[in-house]
Amino acid sequence: MIAFLLILVPLIAGTLAFFLRNGQGARGLAMLSSLGTLGVALAAVLTKDTGSLAFSAEWLPMLGAKFSLQADGISRLLTLLTAAAYPLILASTWTHEYKNPNRFFGLLLLTQAGLMGVFLATDALLFYFFWELALVPVYFLCSTWGGERRIPVTFKFFIYTFAGSLLMLVGIIYVYSKTPDSSFAQTSFYEAVLNGGTQSWLFWLFFGAFAIKMPVFPFHTWQPDTYEQAPTAVTMVLSGLMVKMGLFAVIRWLLPLLPIGVNNWAVSASFLSVIGIIYASLIAMRQDDLKRLIAYSSIAHIGLMSLALFAGNETGIQGVVIQMFNHGINIIGLWIVVEWIEQQFGTRRMSELGGIAQQAPALAILFVIVALANIALPLTNGFVGEFLMFNGVFTSTAYDGNYTVLGRWHINASHLSLVFTVMAGIGIILSAVYTLRAIQKVLYGNVGERTGMVKDIRWNEKIALVVIVVVILVLGVYPQPMIEEAKQAVFDLLKETDISSMIKK
Amino acid sequence: MNAILFSAIMGVVMMFASFLVRSSKLVRNLAILGMLFVLIMNVLEMTGMFTVSFPVNDMIHADRFSLFFNTIAFTCTFLFFLLSARDMEKVGLNYAEYFSLIFFILSGIALVSSFQSLLILFLGIEIISIPLYILTGSDKKNLKSNEASLKYLLLGAFSTGLMLMGITLLYGASGTFDIYQLIKSADKPSALAQTGLMLLLFSMSFKVSAAPFHFWTPDVYDGAPTVFTSFMATIVKAAAFIGFMRLFSGAFESIHQHWRLMAAIIAALTLFIGNITAVFQQSVKRMLAYSSIAQAGFMMLAIFSLNATATEGLLLYTAAYSLATIGVFAVLVKMKDYTFDGFNGLARQHPFLAGVVTVFLLSLAGIPLTAGFLSKFYLLKATLEAGGYLWLVIFAVIMAVISVYYYFRVIQAMYFKEGEGAVLEAGPVFHWVLGILAFLVLAIGVFPNLLLYWFYF
Repeated sequence: MIAFLLILVPLIAGTLAFFLRNGQGARGLAMLSSLGTLGVALAAVLTKDTGSLAFSAEWLPMLGAKFSLQADGISRLLTLLTAAAYPLILASTWTHEYKNPNRFFGLLLLTQAGLMGVFLATDALLFYFFWELALVPVYFLCSTWGGERRIPVTFKFFIYTFAGSLLMLVGIIYVYSKTPDSSFAQTSFYEAVLNGGTQSWLFWLFFGAFAIKMPVFPFHTWQPDTYEQAPTAVTMVLSGLMVKMGLFAVIRWLLPLLPIGVNNWAVSASFLSVIGIIYASLIAMRQDDLKRLIAYSSIAHIGLMSLALFAGNETGIQGVVIQMFNHGINIIGLWIVVEWIEQQFGTRRMSELGGIAQQAPALAILFVIVALANIALPLTNGFVGEFLMFNGVFTSTAYDGNYTVLGRWHINASHLSLVFTVMAGIGIILSAVYTLRAIQKVLYGNVGERTGMVKDIRWNEKIALVVIVVVILVLGVYPQPMIEEAKQAVFDLLKETDISSMIKK
Repeated sequence: MNAILFSAIMGVVMMFASFLVRSSKLVRNLAILGMLFVLIMNVLEMTGMFTVSFPVNDMIHADRFSLFFNTIAFTCTFLFFLLSARDMEKVGLNYAEYFSLIFFILSGIALVSSFQSLLILFLGIEIISIPLYILTGSDKKNLKSNEASLKYLLLGAFSTGLMLMGITLLYGASGTFDIYQLIKSADKPSALAQTGLMLLLFSMSFKVSAAPFHFWTPDVYDGAPTVFTSFMATIVKAAAFIGFMRLFSGAFESIHQHWRLMAAIIAALTLFIGNITAVFQQSVKRMLAYSSIAQAGFMMLAIFSLNATATEGLLLYTAAYSLATIGVFAVLVKMKDYTFDGFNGLARQHPFLAGVVTVFLLSLAGIPLTAGFLSKFYLLKATLEAGGYLWLVIFAVIMAVISVYYYFRVIQAMYFKEGEGAVLEAGPVFHWVLGILAFLVLAIGVFPNLLLYWFYF
């Protein structure tokens, strides 16, 4: 029942919000509902009663699709992230005025319901339903309340993800036709008999959809524009939560379902991830616009996570699970700062900013901590996950073997894991370069034309940032509970599926 | 056989009403009540409670499939009457006659959905087509309407010729008109029968406006008065598909492998031409005309795969497509300007209308939670089950993504652009019925059992 409540609360509150006349009331309702959801999510993490974490009901009996949800370890972490992010997002944008606030908050809550559903569904068709349910409200959110170029940009985003989703749907139907009992249940999907050749092309149908969502190079082109144009609250949802849908789906649906396919393409997917890391970092270095800088840095971070996923060992996946949570928290913190800067000075250009630290010391301290967490400094939460991921990639045996490139060059790839680790490491160094440079230019140095007189951050932003910084430091100093949680989750995943065969190879 | 009989009777009643009843309101109410009566009669037959039967020498066979489709078609027509009956009045003076013609078309639809002999198929198709030629040209003072009507008549006559030729050849090859006895040997049909099959395939493709036999569609849909376009593009087209399905699953299923590739090519071509051309349209009405070609391409997948899933999928598709398209057209008729710009800012002035149109468009594009998604899902599933034609499935999916482009242009115009979304006044019934349509689209999308239950029942 707890699992069902996680979807039901935002769904009902979101629907109600549409009918409210009073804008402030809609905002209050949204806050109330997300705090309630957070309570439910905490209960899910703390509960010992596993029965309440599962939910199942008849849905489409003639198709063999059930409305079945289950909150296992990974789901619980991600639902907790989703539930925790919403109060932060709402608090930090509390003073914003939106036209038609009832529709804005209604759509925002519906998105949350969709996200929760994606993380909880154990039925492939239901998963697909929620996958789209999370997408459609975001389309309307960005196109209605976004920046100047919002309509074409959001449209591109929608077309990209919809195309990916539909291809995934073809994959789902195909696997469904091969299940022993003609059902969409996760367990039947894992039991489906798929030979190596089939898995090879199925891999791209699924991976395409997930890679677009993450986004992995070269499927990323929608991302910087969309982050830039979307209203900030939605950018936070997109970058903090929605990208996790793609990563989560790889863990939940791609690795266990298509072990041979993953095995065949792990190197290619890893190459794409690594190219993404370097490429996005280099572009991020050239950015003057803070929002675009963070957008590109996000591509680089996600690239590292997808690289670790395809390393295909326990350590790597554990690292990704932890990092999914941490990245979500950290990037929301970054967006809060960017939003404040834009509100105060009417610009996001670093060249026009400078010297803010003197007038806004509270902001400066909090911003620096969040930024350091973003580059994974030890004692921040980012470090733990990144360390595990690097460890996973470095010790991975998934890449070993002989490869033929274009039918001519033969590569013996026993050192490929080293190459990938080094490339990803360069990405981290670059990340430090552009993040520190951004801090330098924004907070310190000469006071710019526009940054003369400025008030420090308001109470609502301060609360949100302080909460985020507390989470960063606590998880950075004492990450053990989280590692335990992730370890257990990954252990369950490996036990439940045939993924170990892929790892041993 | 209730449907055939009572819709024909209602057609005659409306004919008499045309010179006996002066008040247009009375005519309208008579037609709506009559439609409800025909619908109830059909439902009664479906549940086995009351059936009028007359000797037909096995030429008509009203099975569950046909009765179920009749219910869908009649329900859609009933909703169409409730929504658009007022707007028919603006077309011309012969108000009652329009209803009369539509009832005769429904009678033809009932024939096409339940035929067992090629003769009845031919009869049904002609009973549908001839009133349509008249309805297309009913706006007598409009040159475009006249041109469309003539074009439709000429091309329609041409396809009729093809069909007759096909039937003749098949009769020559097998000596029977009965679809279940046409092809007896499973391995190789004679050259005569094969030619006949091809001719029938082409003529039916013409009737459902599948490429490359679609050329009449945009001009006719554009030229015809919009209220009748709505009827033609939905209920009539769905009926033609049901006839198509019945013919090919009954008569030619045993030689499926001989015409399968042809059907796949027609489906792919239809999807391609419909979707790509729809992208470039400037008027919503023409866009809907081309999109109906695109939707026909999707329905062709059912003809191509021809299995149990395809049958269910086609029924679901006809229902989903008809409900959504009738809704969009009903709003379109009320607009002053049929271009995309005409929809600008509709959401601000008429949030309800914009909302329901959004639901309809999402359904047509096949977004989950709407009926359109599940119907597309069924047909993709059917095609995958047919096996060996993965390229067709992927192609259809890519085309579905392209369709999002032009459907969303309308949504963009309504919600994100400034403008005067001018709408002529509409009564409360209009709003209620639109609301019910949108509710049905969503309800079928979330719980398709509601509809399919009757089929499995």
